[in-house]
Amino acid sequence: MMPKLVSGVLAPVMALLAAIVITSGVVVFVGASPVDFWEVMLSWPSNRNVLTVLNQASMIFLSGTAAAIGFRMNLFNIGVEGQYRVASYVAAVFAGGAFLPGALNIVASIVLAMLAGAAWAAIPAVLKVTRGVSEVISTIMLNAIAVFLTGYLLSNYGEKAADTRRTTPLEDSTMLGGFKLFEDKDGAVWTLSLLAVVVGFLFWFIINRTRFGFDLRATGMNESAAVASGVSVKRMVVTAMMLSGAVAGLIWLPNLFAETASGNYFSSSVFQSGLGFTGIAVALLGRNNPVGIALGSLLFAFLGVQSTQLEFAGVDVSNDVVLVTQGVIVLTIVIAYEVVGRWRAAADQRAVRAALDANANKQEVAA
Amino acid sequence: MRRLTKIAATSAVLALAFAGCSKQDDSSEGTDASASESTSETADSGASVCESADGDGPKVGLAYDVGGRGDQSFNDSAYAGLEKAVDEFDATCFEGEAADGEPESAREERLRGMADQGYNPIVGVGFAYSEAVNAVAPDYPDINFGVIDGFDPDDEANDNVAYLGFAENEGSYLVGAAAALKTQTDHIGFVGGVNSDLIKKFEAGYVAGAKAVNKDIKVDITYIEESDLAGFADPAGGKAAASAMYDKGADIVYHASGGSGAGVFEAATEAGDGMWAIGVDSDQYLTAPAEQQPHILTSMLKRVDVATYDMIKSIVDGKPVVSYVTYDLASDGVGYATSGGFVDDISGDLDGYADEIKGGLEVPVAP
Repeated sequence: MMPKLVSGVLAPVMALLAAIVITSGVVVFVGASPVDFWEVMLSWPSNRNVLTVLNQASMIFLSGTAAAIGFRMNLFNIGVEGQYRVASYVAAVFAGGAFLPGALNIVASIVLAMLAGAAWAAIPAVLKVTRGVSEVISTIMLNAIAVFLTGYLLSNYGEKAADTRRTTPLEDSTMLGGFKLFEDKDGAVWTLSLLAVVVGFLFWFIINRTRFGFDLRATGMNESAAVASGVSVKRMVVTAMMLSGAVAGLIWLPNLFAETASGNYFSSSVFQSGLGFTGIAVALLGRNNPVGIALGSLLFAFLGVQSTQLEFAGVDVSNDVVLVTQGVIVLTIVIAYEVVGRWRAAADQRAVRAALDANANKQEVAA
Repeated sequence: MRRLTKIAATSAVLALAFAGCSKQDDSSEGTDASASESTSETADSGASVCESADGDGPKVGLAYDVGGRGDQSFNDSAYAGLEKAVDEFDATCFEGEAADGEPESAREERLRGMADQGYNPIVGVGFAYSEAVNAVAPDYPDINFGVIDGFDPDDEANDNVAYLGFAENEGSYLVGAAAALKTQTDHIGFVGGVNSDLIKKFEAGYVAGAKAVNKDIKVDITYIEESDLAGFADPAGGKAAASAMYDKGADIVYHASGGSGAGVFEAATEAGDGMWAIGVDSDQYLTAPAEQQPHILTSMLKRVDVATYDMIKSIVDGKPVVSYVTYDLASDGVGYATSGGFVDDISGDLDGYADEIKGGLEVPVAP
């Protein structure tokens, strides 16, 4: 019988190999050298970039977890993107307003961000349970509305900075220094990146060790069985969706509260969009499991950060080619899991047959 | 579980594909350009001067905004200034290009990479580099940075950064006057890409210029998007907005909508003889298809090339530009184009208005 661990590792490795081959093909097609390309991509990053990878990975991890909470019960929350945009705006406005002193301000902003994310996610959840609207459609639409809404609020109530608008910058007392693993000039791991660790642990604990987590998984695997065991599916949909939105609300906060010279506020250029979609891909890659999502986040963050080195190394490809690599990984991993799953099933069947045959032989001997 | 994975895969791939679509408009030309350099299949935008320059003059780093070289507008204008400097000062250069939706850290890394290789000056093309420059400049006190349309995001002034702004309202005033002098119906229009403070500056100048000629003139105003930057890359939206104006009796429409302007020109061409459009940023008569050229009255010029060239020249002269610099009419930073000869008959009047502005006439910056 094929051990579970082997099949769990085999599929991602196959997917990565396929992604390397296909990306190399694209690199050759646009006329650059794939050897140079991978030399740059796979080189060890500078200290500064090691920290950037960790920071980016923490945000991607939060996003992946937000998506995974929904996926665990067959809810496709494609709206993580809009949820964290709205939540980030709310948190930035509140934190910039400095209504509370120092640490209290940060805690209140985090809670508000979670509430805002949950509220934005509650809209498709309520629409689904009361009107039967597919959450895939409504969350995608709400993503577009979130862009419009935050943009409208920003351009009407935001602070003017030259010809752009932003929320009021955070006061120094509300910024967090982070963990300087190397020299000062290399920057720091953002303090709130720790949120990723906390959320990752809670996610594992709630899903695997609580009644709620069991109900959630049960609803995802077999809805009628869950109903039979007394689970209210409607309540589960709303709760899971709001939980997903609350986690989504945290995504951009590590960046917002980090002490940097590049803007502690929400504006069109500082806010990092797109993390919501990356999270969906990473949740898929990590099979909705915290360790898998963590590894996937590190991989995606690593690829993204390394691609910034391409133009300096004189590799004549756009750094957008990394999007191809990431996309191919997601596609191939689905195929690879399917293939490995079939191998495993076949191997299991053979093992069962062998055991049965052995048993039958034994009985014959005994007779 | 298997079904879950499949559906999740499909939706994630769709999400990524959507993200890909929006990216295409912005970055395809830049990608094409790099592809053509290596394969020489298309000679559209040609090779960059940076690949052949080997003089012993200044080393210039140019960090483009999304779109990069080949966008026939903003970024290309900066490139024109660079090309002139390479020619004149034996400069060498390096070009970097932003990817859509990239994090702040990627922009910073681009600037740091150039600084580490000794490029000086380093020019960020577009306000989105403001924060990144603010973060990087203090670490490289011997290197001068410039940001087109930029601003200082915090209170600490940087003494090695120049913020190169433009008096778009003054240039718009002149094309507004031109429109009012040329219109047969006393009815003109304005199409803005995004309803932001920057674009309102164009609108305010345009309306003021038109009213200076004829205070009873009717000016229709439409913005394609309220806040989404997609309004700068939406030719269909530009066409719809302009067509509506021509239908309602306007005969001249000025656009400040970046790539969406192609739709405005199309609408003018389809509306027939005597219908005009006014271009923006660069002399768009020169890049428009032949059938549209008879409809492009003039263009409001925003001389990003002058700002870029001046920045480089100031380094050569040993007197680097720092702090805020506004390129206005008096310094030839803005103006109007005469290609096509359609405004030759009113050039006397326009020069009169230009002299008034140079003489101290205040042009409003907000409607």
